[in-house]
Amino acid sequence: MGMTIAEKILAAKSGRKNVSPGDVVTVGVDTVILFDNNFMPNNWREVLKVCDPDKIIVTFDHRVPAPTQQAAAAHVTGREFVKRFGIKRFHDVGRDQGISHQLVADHGYALPGSVLLCSDSHTCSAGVFNCLARGVGGPDIIYAAIKAETWFRCGETVRYELIGKLPLAVTAKDAFLQIAGVHGDHATMNVEYGGSGVGGLSINARKTLATMSAELSAEFATFEADSVLTEWLRTRNPAPFEPVRPDADAVYLAVRTVDLGSLEPLVALPDSVVNNSRAVREAAGTAIDQAYIGSCANGTLDDLELAAAVVKGRRAAPGVRFIVTPASQTVYRDALASGAIQTLADAGAMIAPPTCGACGGGHMGVLGPNETCITSTTRNFKGRMGDPSSRVFMASPATVAASALTGVITDPREFLN
Amino acid sequence: MKLTARVWMVGENINTDLILPNKAFYLTHAEQAQFVFHANRPGWAQQVQPGDILIGGRNFGMGSSRPAARSLKTLGLSCVLAHSINGLFFRNCVNFAFPALECPGVQDAFQEGDVAEIEFERAVVRNVTRGTELAGKPLPEPLLKLVLAGGIYPLLETEGLIAPKTERA
Repeated sequence: MGMTIAEKILAAKSGRKNVSPGDVVTVGVDTVILFDNNFMPNNWREVLKVCDPDKIIVTFDHRVPAPTQQAAAAHVTGREFVKRFGIKRFHDVGRDQGISHQLVADHGYALPGSVLLCSDSHTCSAGVFNCLARGVGGPDIIYAAIKAETWFRCGETVRYELIGKLPLAVTAKDAFLQIAGVHGDHATMNVEYGGSGVGGLSINARKTLATMSAELSAEFATFEADSVLTEWLRTRNPAPFEPVRPDADAVYLAVRTVDLGSLEPLVALPDSVVNNSRAVREAAGTAIDQAYIGSCANGTLDDLELAAAVVKGRRAAPGVRFIVTPASQTVYRDALASGAIQTLADAGAMIAPPTCGACGGGHMGVLGPNETCITSTTRNFKGRMGDPSSRVFMASPATVAASALTGVITDPREFLN
Repeated sequence: MKLTARVWMVGENINTDLILPNKAFYLTHAEQAQFVFHANRPGWAQQVQPGDILIGGRNFGMGSSRPAARSLKTLGLSCVLAHSINGLFFRNCVNFAFPALECPGVQDAFQEGDVAEIEFERAVVRNVTRGTELAGKPLPEPLLKLVLAGGIYPLLETEGLIAPKTERA
């Protein structure tokens, strides 16, 4: 019987000829990523043995540089682990630090057909590289670091055929908000992205969709491979790989078409990004206190340059805090070189170091009582970014930047046309 | 394993930020347990009696991968039943040996305060108060074994792969 991309990789990695929805399999794991939260004293267990240190990556990203003594202590524990086992791929505070999922993209850490684990829920981001990647629990990560394996239960797959081309000022984030708004959650299901429109999307754009698939409660989110993907990886990772294509007779729970050309800027209202999308023009005029661009979903060079294009020659409205967080030091340096950082800073943006930071209410832009934020991060649960009375609207970097300029939720096409 | 206790109802789409909120991020396990549902049902954690059962609706435990299941277990709950359980949250239920069963329709079969009786391995759920019975989805054999053996850490500790727990948490 034909298999979807996820089923094929599960089969290959568990030594089976075929895997179907409902099967529980044990798979070999190629890449295990640990980040600062794993090393918190209330989460960490001292590891005495690892299967293969070269399969392990360590980064500090959620609260970086350390905002508290406890966070700093977690970083110390992480460094001890790295030293003990000789972990080479260690992204400490410094020149090559970044949010884990951004580092995966920057460095080509995920190859087609591989299995990648991290205990952050947005690990499905790496599925953009035609592999199986997903968030697992902290104990799963310690287990996988030690044994280089884990279990998965295979779910049904929903396929999205992307066709056409995004209009000006409309982004992959808006494509996600469209899917989430119309189809709601995809709990227990994999999502598979393909179609003739994928070729016109940059890796960064595809990555936004893969990352945000966590908000659909999807199991795995996987993209088809193409020459754009091959080119991205070729310049970053010399290891050979074989793209995984779904079988012609693969069985999907549903196949849905998304016409990228028909999309417009969207926003998700507080306190959910599922079943909660509206055209930006419907929410337009809502006053904001903070406009935030960053996170694993939208902290790429594409996102910063798009925001810069919106704000160029203009200034953020009085009373609006405009915060921009490149998702890695690599993105930060690239954005400096391209002039995007200058443009954003001239417009009044404060540029934060690469960190999850305010996305999860950690630091670098936490919200106060009754504040309203429009953000390009990942989640807008009640109280997610700070005070329980604060409200968070989710949108693309273009919409966030436009809203920073006016002080109210604004359609970016007012500035990009 | 047979569990019998009163039930608490929490509704649809419960996310893990509600179970383990950010403000408890740096606290010990015992302290974190006191913050369960602090934002949406303040004071509830302090009312829970050891063994009580939690009942949710769709996609229970959605959102962040934080160890929310650990907080429910530390609080003393014996089990969560839900119409459907988020895949990532379910992994942590197995990891921390917190019994969790998907039971379609369970959120309509109970009212808060009813007594439930659960035969965990067979996933049979009875409403003792109302005299009704539902079929849950039994855990796959390898995952059931892991839960009944106490989860991932006891396993790794027995095999000498992680050190015994320190007092810091």
